[in-house]
Amino acid sequence: MGEQIPAVKLRNVTKTFGSITANSKVSLEIYRGEILSLLGENGSGKTTLMNMLSGIYFPDEGEIFIHGKEVVIRSPKDAFDLGIGMIHQHFKLVDVLTAAENIVLGLKGKLDLKAASEKIRAICDAYGFEVDPNQKVYDMSVSQKQTVEIVKVLYRGADILILDEPTAVLTPQETDKLFAVLRNMKADGKSIIIITHKLQEVLDISDRVAVLRKGEYIGDMATGQADAQKLTDMMVGRSVALNIQRPDAVDPKPRIEVKGLTVHSADGILKLDNVSFTANSGEILGVAGISGCGQKELLEAIAGLQPVDGGSIRFVSDDGTREELVGKDPLSIADMGVTLSFVPEDRLGMGLVGNMDLAGNMMLRSFRSGHSPFADRKGPHKLAEEVVEELEVVTPSIETPVRRLSGGNVQKVLVGREIASSPTVLLTAYAVRGLDINSSYTIYDLINRQKAAGVAVIYVGEDLDVLLELCDRILVLCGGKVSGIVSGRDADKREVGLMMTKLGGSADE
Amino acid sequence: MNNKTHTPLFHISKRGALPWYAAWAIRGGALILALLLCALVTTLVTGQNPIDVYITIFKGSFGSSRRAWVLFQNIAILLCVSLAVTPAFKMRFWNIGGEGQMLAGGLATAACMILLGGKLPGWLLIVIMVAASILAGAVWGGIPAVFKARWNTNETLFTLMMNYIATQLVAFFIIVWEVPKGAGQIGIINQSSEAGWLPVIGGQKYLLNITVAAVVCVAMHIYLSYTKHGYEISVVGESENTARYVGIKVERVIVRTMLLSGAVCGIAGMLLVAGTEHTLTTTITSGRGFTAVMVSWLAKFNPFMMIFTSFLIVFMERGAGQIATDYGLSQSFADILTGIILFCIIGSEFFITYQINFRHGAAKED
Amino acid sequence: MFDFVSFIPRAIVQGIPLLLGSTGETLTEKSGNLNLGIPGIMYVGAISGVIGAFFYEQSAVEMNGFLAVSIPLLCSLLGSGLMGLLYCFLTVTLRANQNVTGLALTTFGVGFGNFFGGSLIKLAGSEVPAIVLSATSSYFCASLPFAGKLGWFGSIFLSYGFLAYLAVVISLAAAYFLRHTRAGLHLRAVGESPATADAAGINVVRYKYGATVIGSMIAGLGGLYYIMDYTSGIWSSDAFGDRGWLAIALVIFTIWRPDVGVAASFLFGGLYILHMYIPSGMNLAIKEIYKMLPYVVTIAVLIISSMRNKRENQPPAGLGLPYFREER
Repeated sequence: MGEQIPAVKLRNVTKTFGSITANSKVSLEIYRGEILSLLGENGSGKTTLMNMLSGIYFPDEGEIFIHGKEVVIRSPKDAFDLGIGMIHQHFKLVDVLTAAENIVLGLKGKLDLKAASEKIRAICDAYGFEVDPNQKVYDMSVSQKQTVEIVKVLYRGADILILDEPTAVLTPQETDKLFAVLRNMKADGKSIIIITHKLQEVLDISDRVAVLRKGEYIGDMATGQADAQKLTDMMVGRSVALNIQRPDAVDPKPRIEVKGLTVHSADGILKLDNVSFTANSGEILGVAGISGCGQKELLEAIAGLQPVDGGSIRFVSDDGTREELVGKDPLSIADMGVTLSFVPEDRLGMGLVGNMDLAGNMMLRSFRSGHSPFADRKGPHKLAEEVVEELEVVTPSIETPVRRLSGGNVQKVLVGREIASSPTVLLTAYAVRGLDINSSYTIYDLINRQKAAGVAVIYVGEDLDVLLELCDRILVLCGGKVSGIVSGRDADKREVGLMMTKLGGSADE
Repeated sequence: MNNKTHTPLFHISKRGALPWYAAWAIRGGALILALLLCALVTTLVTGQNPIDVYITIFKGSFGSSRRAWVLFQNIAILLCVSLAVTPAFKMRFWNIGGEGQMLAGGLATAACMILLGGKLPGWLLIVIMVAASILAGAVWGGIPAVFKARWNTNETLFTLMMNYIATQLVAFFIIVWEVPKGAGQIGIINQSSEAGWLPVIGGQKYLLNITVAAVVCVAMHIYLSYTKHGYEISVVGESENTARYVGIKVERVIVRTMLLSGAVCGIAGMLLVAGTEHTLTTTITSGRGFTAVMVSWLAKFNPFMMIFTSFLIVFMERGAGQIATDYGLSQSFADILTGIILFCIIGSEFFITYQINFRHGAAKED
Repeated sequence: MFDFVSFIPRAIVQGIPLLLGSTGETLTEKSGNLNLGIPGIMYVGAISGVIGAFFYEQSAVEMNGFLAVSIPLLCSLLGSGLMGLLYCFLTVTLRANQNVTGLALTTFGVGFGNFFGGSLIKLAGSEVPAIVLSATSSYFCASLPFAGKLGWFGSIFLSYGFLAYLAVVISLAAAYFLRHTRAGLHLRAVGESPATADAAGINVVRYKYGATVIGSMIAGLGGLYYIMDYTSGIWSSDAFGDRGWLAIALVIFTIWRPDVGVAASFLFGGLYILHMYIPSGMNLAIKEIYKMLPYVVTIAVLIISSMRNKRENQPPAGLGLPYFREER
């Protein structure tokens, strides 16, 4: 490819959101007839970078060149006009319309669905897609919807395609099919960028791989020279000492026993596949894995919020009696005398009510107590004051709706409430996501104190450095399966990184 | 596409906190604007100067003690229905079937009065009437709720249709019970025996209704703000996801709340039939079920604010009615003025929720 | 024997206002606006036409057929269009609650109609509490001259004024528009998922305004038809009744399809007057039960379609929800 003009060239692109730098001076090139993998952990700035190419964000600094000409991309339409099409993780399709109708949506001219269908068929034949133009989107599987999105982009004449984690929602067979199509498009001279964090796929499909870490461009290499080990090193970097305290486990005894847990999502996708493990009291069990590997379903299944298709979740009391949690809702779990606290990922949409004040949110757990028809408001009010004082929550008053607080303070309110009920089991999902350093350490400290009090903590996290320093043991999930449980004290970051990225059992060991 | 789309003159964004007094100042401003507009329209139609117009409106409402009592009685009924639909709205369940639920309650009341009047002691009859109207209203409100909870059937359209079924049901029974045969109306029920008429307290015919509305108002405030049920309603209304997370059974809350909403509407229907009109017609509710939606919404679902908003609506209605009578205009004049007030206040909410940021120096040509 | 030859034309003339109202409301709802102001808008459409006709009849020395039809028609379109514009300004531009705005619009519209109707009655100095516009009405009612000679065929198919045929044409055109044109496709996308439509470069605000204002105009014609044709030009207060709500019921009954509305409106019209044709002897009460039928079948359709949960038969997914791009 040597002297060729790159189809896309980014030079020193920087984007910040408030105080957070999402991309810092990133430079990148992609050529015609090439598949480039953009690799990086969650939060490394891959999607932000590509959103600037597709016109969703506007860069703060830096230049973009398309086929050698400097361009300004201010809207998705500008991007389309330049032949850039992006397939987002969340499909933008109208469910009750057919594939063809969705594909021509927003275009100008007379509506001729027959001609459109023919053109769609021609595109499908050229690249090996399977799309029925007259099928309604709500009848489609996730992979079919994705196909429609890709065809939509091609229909508009895009020759630069960006796919944001296209395989996250696909089965291995569907992934193979997608890759076959991508190879056909490459042969046709299209430029393709795949955002991913799955190493196996990078090695399978791409010609070249570029790695981002914490918003910075780390480097690129031809896939032929890369192997899983090298890429993992680039992606996760060296271990960083964080100096998070890790007291010894306190008299660990089995508390939650999960055996053969299997869960399908509402649209029928296998989310947890025969998961078994034991969480001990007085210990922090970390859960590592790339996002969407079943972490959410695992926690919600234990909390009684997720219908389970198979397996068992048993709560072990101090006297050794075991009680089944599967099939029980949160209320009946509480009625069994199991105090189970849950800090969910979606803080304002699930854990808290954004429009209620701090005291009102404290009530969520306690409002049922007592036999009077009236809810106790004094207790929660006092609890809110205590939480504000102890956790140093910055808020104008107890009466402020929580949605007005900053992310870190919202999380302090949520965690403060959840540990106030002195739980025996504490589930946390991405407890420090979006938090500044100080707030993060406050949360680590709170979790450690729970551990010291003999609570069984399950900590779902995304930052491997944190998991390795905080947790006693780490359960690694990959594609809904357990790929191993390692000791937090001895495990090596690269080892865990590899376990996270190996493709659902098909393995590169 | 030209550059204009990228540098709009102004940009609309959601406001952060607006202190309550600023919010009410905006609403107050809208109300003053509305009253000025109303005066202007009235002046155009009647040729009167605006001050006289307001004197007339005031006279229409408070001109005599009888007028004042009628005013307060009308406020009482409207307030009662507005309070009834409020728990449903707080749950984001659009109950616009207050009309039908009132009629169901009124029908049950009339049925008790006609069928049981004279056969039971007076106090027992009234107890049965109260129970029957509550039950009828609750059933009428509960049916759409069950379907909403179970199959997510659109409640706005369902409750709307239930209004007309109730109307026809009332029309049916009016003919069944008509006095005399062929009159097409029931006339005053139990005129001689006054069986089932709500007792007159304090020597004032309407005082009982007003008292009941006041009690309902306080009770509804306590229910919504201090009870466990009220708290569950707020959580379900804000986020069903959060409600499930803390183990609230969303479906049960929906049905329970609508049973309550319908029941209170039923009581309002009973007050109308047994307390005020002593008869039953298909138009006895005179659109209060719909007006209540607006009263409740304008008051931001606050029971005590509803006293003010229902006063405002009834005051303008009675006042405009007086103008119509004085100048020989159609009584519908009141609806026009009510409409103008509603539009102004509805529009003003925008300026409370959002702010308009003008882009400085954005006026450059391209 | 049931007298179909007299029943069907009466059912149809009852159905035409409902058809226009529901076609207008369907277009509106397809843009995601649940306009509960339709009953008020139909009143305004009717009274605006009446006002136009009244002053034309008063001022014209000799009535010109073209003007006699087009003046009320334009006045009606203007009046109901302005109501639609007001609804959009409040709900789309100012993002007010659709239910509250719609109900306020109905209060206002019905009051507006009855108020100006009442004032005109005064102006006319009429003996009866009604305005009689027979001259204008005769132009609206004019049917084909040979219709009367064709027996039952003539009376069932050819005995109506031009607005009735226009109503059917509008409904079929609306159905074609929604299903087969690009603007129709875009409109459906706006009502289903405004965020998706916005991302595809469709101007959501423009479509909402356009559909609602045009929908209101069509619904307003329903009011005009009722006065000029059905009642032969006689306006009296509250005569239009609750037909506006029945038109909203019809939208649900036809599962948001204007072409189905043609047959369904005649069915509703038939149900509305069925009680006059059912031999009920002395039992007049049972007639009131028959009048309940349109609402009962509408609820049945609403329930069944939500139970079957077939996606095409559901209300537009964005119905009743305001759209604000930055709130995604």
